[in-house]
Amino acid sequence: MPHLVIEKLSADYGATPVLIDVDLAVERGEIVAIIGPSGSGKSTLLRVLTGLLKPRAGHVHVAGTEVNYASAEALRKVRDRFAIVFQQFNLFQNMTALRNVTIAPTIVKKRNAAEVEREARELLTKVGLAHRIDAYPDEMSGGQQQRVAIARALALKPDILLLDEVTSALDPELVAEVLDTIRLLAQDGMTMLIVSHEMAFVREVASKVVFMADGRVVEVGPPAQIFDAPETTRCADFVRRILRH
Amino acid sequence: MAALLEEAPRFFGYYNMLFLGQAFAFTALLSLVGCGGGFVFGFGLAVLRSERIVRFAPLRWVATVYVELFRRIPFLVKLMVIFFAFQLAGFDVSGFVVAATTVALSASAFSAENVRAGLEAVHKNQWDAAEAMNMGGLTALRRVILPQAWRIIIPPSMTYSVGLVKSTSIVSQIGVFELTYAAKILNQKGFSAGICFGTILLLYFALCYPLNLMAARLESKLAPSRH
Repeated sequence: MPHLVIEKLSADYGATPVLIDVDLAVERGEIVAIIGPSGSGKSTLLRVLTGLLKPRAGHVHVAGTEVNYASAEALRKVRDRFAIVFQQFNLFQNMTALRNVTIAPTIVKKRNAAEVEREARELLTKVGLAHRIDAYPDEMSGGQQQRVAIARALALKPDILLLDEVTSALDPELVAEVLDTIRLLAQDGMTMLIVSHEMAFVREVASKVVFMADGRVVEVGPPAQIFDAPETTRCADFVRRILRH
Repeated sequence: MAALLEEAPRFFGYYNMLFLGQAFAFTALLSLVGCGGGFVFGFGLAVLRSERIVRFAPLRWVATVYVELFRRIPFLVKLMVIFFAFQLAGFDVSGFVVAATTVALSASAFSAENVRAGLEAVHKNQWDAAEAMNMGGLTALRRVILPQAWRIIIPPSMTYSVGLVKSTSIVSQIGVFELTYAAKILNQKGFSAGICFGTILLLYFALCYPLNLMAARLESKLAPSRH
């Protein structure tokens, strides 16, 4: 059984359905990319997985166990397995880069502070920010902030890393440094679910691409299929429009 | 002016000073207990109203109704209601308790709004990030939200507290011995209104001005600006 299995997952914002019968499976070590026009439900899917939005119907299985999103206890357990990186970084503005990375492992997971700090320094070094450890978010560029956010997510030692349009809020010249960081994680075999508009990057790192539109999964396949020979006209239209420029 | 100077030695005699000193202490204590207690209670109300912390909606509604109601009742009316409520309930309490309760209940409703405004001014993505990493609502509040919110909470809260110190003069209406009441008594004893109320004017200023200084200090301590 795949590590993450999503079956017939549906969610609403108020009365508006935003996810409709979404099916998706992610194997351990796999990198799955979700693409699609804005408003298609890509980011919403990640919010539902982390319990930030309650699903209306459907099932999510992580490591063979179904997640009951109505139970606070089950939600805590599933959040231990996921870590999410947001489009707007969402770094804690009142904390340094280092504290952003260490806070959850020390405060939430109650791990040894010295050990956590050593790991945090390693992670920040890995994402190329050894020299920015004591900087506050508003003293860093968007690319640096996003790399801190990635380090913060990794410090939670997640089974699956969820990346929600992590380069969309960045200036163009800062996108590469963040994508390079994600490539590093891909080499480490990190399981990732990536929502992205960086098509070239998706084609390069993803083992599977999911095309979503209007809250539904329209087509799933390897990058070669989705980008070169899409089976649905909806996907073909999208890919043609986005690859034209 | 000459008349003022002439009665000054008599007015600033030992017993009058003791009298005014007690009244000053009463007003100061009333302000401190009322504003302090009110802020703590109001803080609790603001937390109760936060969807990110309290998932049980009826609890949020109760807090909202309380805040909206108490913000809209004049201080004097609140004072009378509380005064008679204690009497009806059969509690024989001192004027200080009635006054302090009124000040605290007023302060709580307004403090709750100041705190709520501060909490809501912090971007919701901060809550999202905290929640996604399994931080509980109260932990997120303490570690992430409040450190960013104090800067917004403190200035209006202090302005309000100063306003409330001034409002405490209204409790003289129920015969509580505070600063304004003391001035009235001295006035009735034959001292001129000018010297009686002129003196408490300075005393009110002496009470409120340090509050403003304290606000500035509190702000720089709780919400240090790094720039």
